[in-house]
Amino acid sequence: MDLLSPEPGLVIWTGLTFLILIYLLGKFAWKPLLGAINEREATIKAAVENAAKATEELKQIEATKARIEAETRKERDSILKEAHALKDNIVEEAKNAAQQEATKIVEAAKAQIAKDRADAMQDLRKTVAKLSVEIASKVIAKDLEKDASQNDLVEKYLQECNFN
Amino acid sequence: MAIMYKKTTHIFILLLALLANVGIANAQEEAAVVDLAAEAHEEEGLDMTHLIFHHVLDAYQWDIVGWESEDGEKKISIPLPVIAYHNGHFLFTLSSSFEDGAKVEEGGLVWYMGVPEGRVVEKLLVNTATETAVRPTLDISITRNVASMWLSVIVILLIFVSASKAYRKSLVPHGAVNAIETVVLFVKDIADEQIGEKSAKYVPYMLTLFFFIWINNIIGLIPFFPFSTNLSGNIAFTATLAVGTFILTNFNATKHYWIHNFTVPGVPFVMKFILVPIEIVTMFIRPFTLLVRLFANVTGGHIIILSLISMIFIIGSIAMSVPSILLTLIIFVLEIIFGALQAYIFTLLSALYIGLAVNDEH
Repeated sequence: MDLLSPEPGLVIWTGLTFLILIYLLGKFAWKPLLGAINEREATIKAAVENAAKATEELKQIEATKARIEAETRKERDSILKEAHALKDNIVEEAKNAAQQEATKIVEAAKAQIAKDRADAMQDLRKTVAKLSVEIASKVIAKDLEKDASQNDLVEKYLQECNFN
Repeated sequence: MAIMYKKTTHIFILLLALLANVGIANAQEEAAVVDLAAEAHEEEGLDMTHLIFHHVLDAYQWDIVGWESEDGEKKISIPLPVIAYHNGHFLFTLSSSFEDGAKVEEGGLVWYMGVPEGRVVEKLLVNTATETAVRPTLDISITRNVASMWLSVIVILLIFVSASKAYRKSLVPHGAVNAIETVVLFVKDIADEQIGEKSAKYVPYMLTLFFFIWINNIIGLIPFFPFSTNLSGNIAFTATLAVGTFILTNFNATKHYWIHNFTVPGVPFVMKFILVPIEIVTMFIRPFTLLVRLFANVTGGHIIILSLISMIFIIGSIAMSVPSILLTLIIFVLEIIFGALQAYIFTLLSALYIGLAVNDEH
């Protein structure tokens, strides 16, 4: 029967044509077409990955920003605190220095006063001694000669007794 | 680039339009059948069998249209090359040199067209000094089916090469290229699913197979010149494609596949005497079912359509044309679906068989 008997001629031509078609389509259609589809897939994948990466980076940047902000705030606070401390210190030191100076001045004045007083006392003592000797000499005019040993003796007694 | 892309769109729209205009096409088919039927009617009564076989089988020339005039039958047909070899002699000529029973003497042989014994349509025959009316050793004439096949190749190349070029402009295609991409990816997914990770090697074969069958199915359904041939319903065509799948299956099969086929592990020893022959027969039955399925479906479709149209002339009543054409229309729509379906089934089963052979585990 015609229907069921394959003609060798048609078999040969079909085989040949089909092989050539596979080659031509493979080279000029499927390869570029599937290549383009793969490329597109890769592009989309890369785009999605990049977007995720960008989001991640943005998050990191925000975290860094927050950290830097916090650090800055901390630093500002510490600087302010330091400045305050410094100010307090300076004020304190100035106060101390002034105090010291004042004390010194007072002490110097006191020393001066003490010295002046001692000097005055010395003078007074001398004067008293002289007066005493003069009085004594007037009292015992003759007996007692006005010699130096007498003066020294008076002086010695005066030294021994404290006026204060 | 834009022109190429436009061209693709146009071809695709043309194809769709041709599919959509089944009704119009139907009317033309009817007209063509009227001429041929009238011819058959006059000669030997209602020889619808011959008419249908003439359409379904191959021919040495390509008939465009035929009609009856006062001088007898007329027809316009394209002569095709006749190429044959017999007993050391080659024949190169055109089918037109055999018109009206003419014989061609070449190299001491007499070549002519005649119906061989047990056949329905004319074939190239040769008379030698010792024997008469034998088929030549090799007849590789460019028959109607071969010419139609080359037409399909041109159509396929135009569609897919220009579609692939559209991607050079942009990775995101537009319009018809989108539709083509969808179908291409659909077929690629069949291969990927059935064959698995080794599929890349077979994807070009699967894609070409699918579109070669599908486009030829469509061409076979368009009922006017230069279409309406029955190439994808020709057993030589389906057998060649099935052999392609058979070769790919068995030449790339793993050791595991052969061990499985020839030893059938995991069954009792006695069972192996039954199962091993079954496995070996299965190897050959698989491509055989492929070729028979496609051949029978496509040829069956053509025969049904032609038979329904012929009903009008067998019954000889104009009233018959109403149910006849309505039924033909239904079958035509079914055939359009089957055209894609058969291409899908052939491709799917080819991928399945290859997948079974090239993968170690099931």
